[in-house]
Amino acid sequence: MAHEHKLEIFRGLLKFKSNTQKIWGVLIFLTIVTAVEVGLGITKPAALTGSYFLGMKLLNWIFIILTLVKAYYIAWDFMHLRDEKSSLRRAVVWTPIFLVAYLVFILLFEADYIYNVYKDGFVAWDF
Amino acid sequence: MDTTATTGTEENVWGGGNRPLNASYGKLMMWFFLVSDALTFSGFLASYGFSRFKFIETWPIADEVFTHVPFFHGNYPMYYVAFMTFILILSSVTMVLAVDAGHRMKKNAVIWYMFATIIGGAIFVGSQAWEWATFISGDYGALETKGGRILQFVKADSGDRAALADFAKTIPGERTAHERKNGIWYTEEGSLPSYSLREVTEGFKANPNILIRTETINEEGEKTLLNREESLKKLSAATQVVEGANLIHNEYGSRLFADFFFFITGFHGFHVFSGVVINVIIFFNVILGTYERRGHYEMVEKVGLYWHFVDLVWVFVFTFFYLV
Repeated sequence: MAHEHKLEIFRGLLKFKSNTQKIWGVLIFLTIVTAVEVGLGITKPAALTGSYFLGMKLLNWIFIILTLVKAYYIAWDFMHLRDEKSSLRRAVVWTPIFLVAYLVFILLFEADYIYNVYKDGFVAWDF
Repeated sequence: MDTTATTGTEENVWGGGNRPLNASYGKLMMWFFLVSDALTFSGFLASYGFSRFKFIETWPIADEVFTHVPFFHGNYPMYYVAFMTFILILSSVTMVLAVDAGHRMKKNAVIWYMFATIIGGAIFVGSQAWEWATFISGDYGALETKGGRILQFVKADSGDRAALADFAKTIPGERTAHERKNGIWYTEEGSLPSYSLREVTEGFKANPNILIRTETINEEGEKTLLNREESLKKLSAATQVVEGANLIHNEYGSRLFADFFFFITGFHGFHVFSGVVINVIIFFNVILGTYERRGHYEMVEKVGLYWHFVDLVWVFVFTFFYLV
């Protein structure tokens, strides 16, 4: 049981006086991030939907990165990974990240290939 | 002979009671379970991505599907899902506060924070049930073609979506749903849509203000709108009327979209539901003083891990189902 808590977030930029205070601080941060996501999702600025990076819309990159940021703070502060031993933290975090990255890479490439087969395969799919 | 001394230390290492990861057995097992559960959810989301990339040009746009807020009429994309997300994060916060109060052995604080967490979870599950009901009953209705593609209707002057009821004709003498009690007793059919295919096509021909929208997404990221001649031509390919969604047909577009919606949000909703049940059990244990007698509130911490995990998964479901 990790009774002692590390009270810094943002790499020490923000230091809280108590664990309770840190929890509320993280809630405010997560709420802001969600609000930004929803705001962007509703307005869909043309500058972000029109430009692409590595074949994906800039807006979608922003969504995915903000999601990972949220996931980080939920795991680190709500699930107390920040206070755990680094060996436990690494075993829990890197195992799924490695496997999921591998799976997503394979499946998305394969799906893109199937999409091209459907598109250029001289077979009508919409009849 | 210093080998005896080495054996002695080895007995210490392997003799049990060691905590190399500085976490108790129960907590470690919870983490193992969460990792495997995370992989299950990742498998679902990755296969969602697979199907979506396969049909990237015709996938439904989430903004146009989830536009409802309870008790309000009109078009409010995302607001309700954002509210649900916020509720779940908030209940995560009360959970972590309960864990914190448990560390300081404050029984009453744990009780109240657990109670708030349960309420938050119940609101979330209820919202999800409402979201499902809205999704299943549908709002505009559409036609399905022989190739399984969905044709939706748009008003030409305003550009708004047109519901079937806005233009379909009422033609008397249509057939009624076949029930078990009539004719061959062991067969029955599902409920008929509120308008027949003929009523919709006749209504469409009579109303020049209605256009057809196909599933294909154009360069602007919007669904392709056909002009009147193309629409009439497309209309002849329609084979049935679709209202709402089930696992076989849905009015929103690609059939896989509804399948994945039911599957992924359903699996997540089931997790939230079981989380609420477990929380209730622990809540009563706290009230009965089980953990006070045990001397620590680690059980609350373990349940908390599960609850935060459910929140963590929702963050991803929210992004990949509703935002991207």
